Amino acid sequence: MSTPTLTPPRQPLFSRLPVISHLKKSVGLQRGMLVVGVVLSGLFILTSIFAPLLAPYGYSQLSDASGSFPTQQAPGGKHLLGTTVGGYDVLSRVVWGSQTAVTVIIVSVAMSLFLGVALGLLSGYFGGWLDRILVVVADAIYAFPTLLLAIVISIVISRGQSSFWGGIFSCAFSITVVFVPQYFRVIRAETIRLKAEPFVESAKVLGASSMRIIGRHIFKNATRTLPLMFTLNASEAILTLAGLGFLGFGIEPTSAAEWGFDLNKALADTSSGIWWTGVFPGIAIVLTVLGLTLVGESINDLNDPRIRGRKRAGGGAGTPASPGTPSAPAEAGKP
Amino acid sequence: MTTNLGQVSDQAPTGQPVLTIDHLQVTFATDGGDVHAVKDVSLEVNPGEVVAIVGESGSGKTVTAKTILGLLPETAISSGAVLINGNNVISVSKSALRKIRGRDVAMVFQEPSTALNPVFTVGWQIAEGIRAHASDGGRISAKEAKLRATEALRKVGIPDPETRVNYYPHQFSGGQKQRVVIAAALALDPGLIVADEPTTALDVTVQAEILQLLRDLRDNYGTSIVLITHNMGVVADLADRVVVMYQGDVVEEAPSKVLFAEPRQEYTRKLLAAVPHLGRDSASEGARSRLHQDGKVLVEAKNLTIEYPGRFGRHGFKAVDNVSFTVSENEVFGLVGESGSGKSTIGRAIAGLNRTTGGSLKVLGYEMLDFKERTFRPLRKEIGFVFQDPAASFNPHLTIGECVAEPLMIHTKPGAAEARKKVGELLESVQLPASYAQRYPHELSGGQRQRASLARSLALNPRLLIADEPTSALDVSVQAKVLDLFKDIQEQFGFAALFISHDLAVVDMLSHWVGVLYKGQLVEQGIGNHVMGSPQHEYTKRLIASLPVPDPEEQARRREAHRALLGG
Repeated sequence: MSTPTLTPPRQPLFSRLPVISHLKKSVGLQRGMLVVGVVLSGLFILTSIFAPLLAPYGYSQLSDASGSFPTQQAPGGKHLLGTTVGGYDVLSRVVWGSQTAVTVIIVSVAMSLFLGVALGLLSGYFGGWLDRILVVVADAIYAFPTLLLAIVISIVISRGQSSFWGGIFSCAFSITVVFVPQYFRVIRAETIRLKAEPFVESAKVLGASSMRIIGRHIFKNATRTLPLMFTLNASEAILTLAGLGFLGFGIEPTSAAEWGFDLNKALADTSSGIWWTGVFPGIAIVLTVLGLTLVGESINDLNDPRIRGRKRAGGGAGTPASPGTPSAPAEAGKP
Repeated sequence: MTTNLGQVSDQAPTGQPVLTIDHLQVTFATDGGDVHAVKDVSLEVNPGEVVAIVGESGSGKTVTAKTILGLLPETAISSGAVLINGNNVISVSKSALRKIRGRDVAMVFQEPSTALNPVFTVGWQIAEGIRAHASDGGRISAKEAKLRATEALRKVGIPDPETRVNYYPHQFSGGQKQRVVIAAALALDPGLIVADEPTTALDVTVQAEILQLLRDLRDNYGTSIVLITHNMGVVADLADRVVVMYQGDVVEEAPSKVLFAEPRQEYTRKLLAAVPHLGRDSASEGARSRLHQDGKVLVEAKNLTIEYPGRFGRHGFKAVDNVSFTVSENEVFGLVGESGSGKSTIGRAIAGLNRTTGGSLKVLGYEMLDFKERTFRPLRKEIGFVFQDPAASFNPHLTIGECVAEPLMIHTKPGAAEARKKVGELLESVQLPASYAQRYPHELSGGQRQRASLARSLALNPRLLIADEPTSALDVSVQAKVLDLFKDIQEQFGFAALFISHDLAVVDMLSHWVGVLYKGQLVEQGIGNHVMGSPQHEYTKRLIASLPVPDPEEQARRREAHRALLGG
């Protein structure tokens, strides 16, 4: 048997990671969008990790060795971005706020991922009454305004308490409840589609048990869109968190810094010309959401070969096409 | 036939080719680098001529066809010249290209159901093209456009076109839909029609009608046709001249009769030899009685009925109606029928993928009427199943080795080393190197994947194998190899097989005993070459007569016989 043409060898794991593989195959404006998104999101994550080093003061610090902080001080001097009405340093609050945001995103998205994926797989594969009940529940949750739902859950869970983890978990839980139906819907739809695929049927014909089919054949194929949903939902999670904080269901300033809460407190300042207390947390929210959305949308576009832009063909004139291009398998010449 | 034919003749003066392709090159930008889909193609099409472009998948024939209409995607760049009545399609502006499309050249697509928009009447869709070109000679009123659409429908033989012009696509059958698509292509009397696999999605009996229609168009209106196809029977039936393409290059170009009689190139010879030819290499050659009847009966259907439940207030649909047959040890039972005849439903019912609703179906002694997954599971290792599309029947995230080992892991649970050894043996038995176990399904070609699929179904040494159209997604040369392999392995392993296919020639090559299904009923069964040679039932006669054979002379004779059969 002659050696058949080979598709290029598998890339190392690093190049197959979601965002990195997308960066490699993007060109032009799409690449620009993705790079901006990655930079913004990277800044956000780095800030949260190094918050203790970056922030000049603690998030609830009101005084230092030289005495109490002035209140409502304009940006400059000791307080680069000014101070709030309560005497907090705005820069420190903004930097520490990223830590809260990251924690909430991770906890909420992780919880909704596990729940949504598990329920979606079971419901889609088995169907029947379980499926019908879950779909109705998911639809019912969709019918609620998300923020209202989040408020109700937040009250139920934390009962007004606002320790760091209590606040984080109540926010995360309320966001989870809002997001589970999304993951559930997507995974369920994929599962139903995959259930009719020949490779699932062939597993069935071989006598594989239902759990084996779900775990081995459907799970990996159904979860391809998750990186995309993760990034898009992460930005939505931040908005929900900020909304909760703005409405006063967030975390007390003594337990953690939270952008939405700071915005709420800045509301009264606007009429007296104190802009710095509101603008900086606001910019932090905008940039973080923008960054995550850009990453998500770019991944979405790049995943679709019809939307994805490519370099013009024939750019390197005279370079022969690699022999193993997948669209032209040379079968005819082989025994 | 009252359409003005003057247009055609002044567009294409006699002697001048309608289409000239000169050193065409098309390159696609893909993630894997540039792909040279068409390397260097030159050809000419004269008025009233049918030129067939044949080749296997990936040969660049469809890309060539799309270039003629300027339908290439943005990722493609093309060079060379495609001249239609003096206009170079590659270099003209977009608005000039829109004028050329429809007026000078039109296209007939492969799948008529997707080429028509389901929310508009067919009359509207045909008139759309007519009105789009109205700027050539003033406005055309809706009434006149409809009149011309009716005329176009009449031309393609749709009965009662005045009424049917207001019908929606779903109110037509598949063959009629393809006629409508052809009518839309004809609406502006283009000198050239590009037909991309116009009959591939249709059943053989319908295919024969569409081919006849295309031939009439050429004879009556002098329309030139570029026919893109992989089916050598269709080529032999219709084409005047044949262009054989392989990997983006023209391998051979010759008049149809010459090409089939004495192919010059090695590749053409191989291609023609691989085409299954009805009446040659029959598996039941010389058999007088049914073979392999001394063993046990593995599958026994008695008045088997399979009904799909209807929607509320409607009757269910009987996919299989009162069918009785048996499959014995060592026997290959061929099941043929057109789409919707219920052949796949029977195969799936035997494998426990569909429920039976009436009669009796005994598989290895198990009555499928009382099917319970739990009680049937032990029998599953005795049954292998080969699916139609080898690409879809492998989990894309598992290696070939893992996929082939799957049945072993489920039923015998061997150790890792033992499983690897067994997988290697299995792959070698289907003539794949054992090293392929490391590869992922997409790294194999279609034929290799189907061999791996065969290896998987044989992993537990089953007594019964169900093959549902195992070669219909493959190219002819690959199909020939897979069929040979199937035959060898069947003799070697000695399993009984139910071989399901729509292709009569393929079924005849493998099966000892053949059943013909028509609308859920088994209208005829018998020894393979008896059924093919002297069919008894009306439907079988029609089915066999409408199958084009890859030989122009013989096909011309068969065509006459077919016409006589329909007339009589």
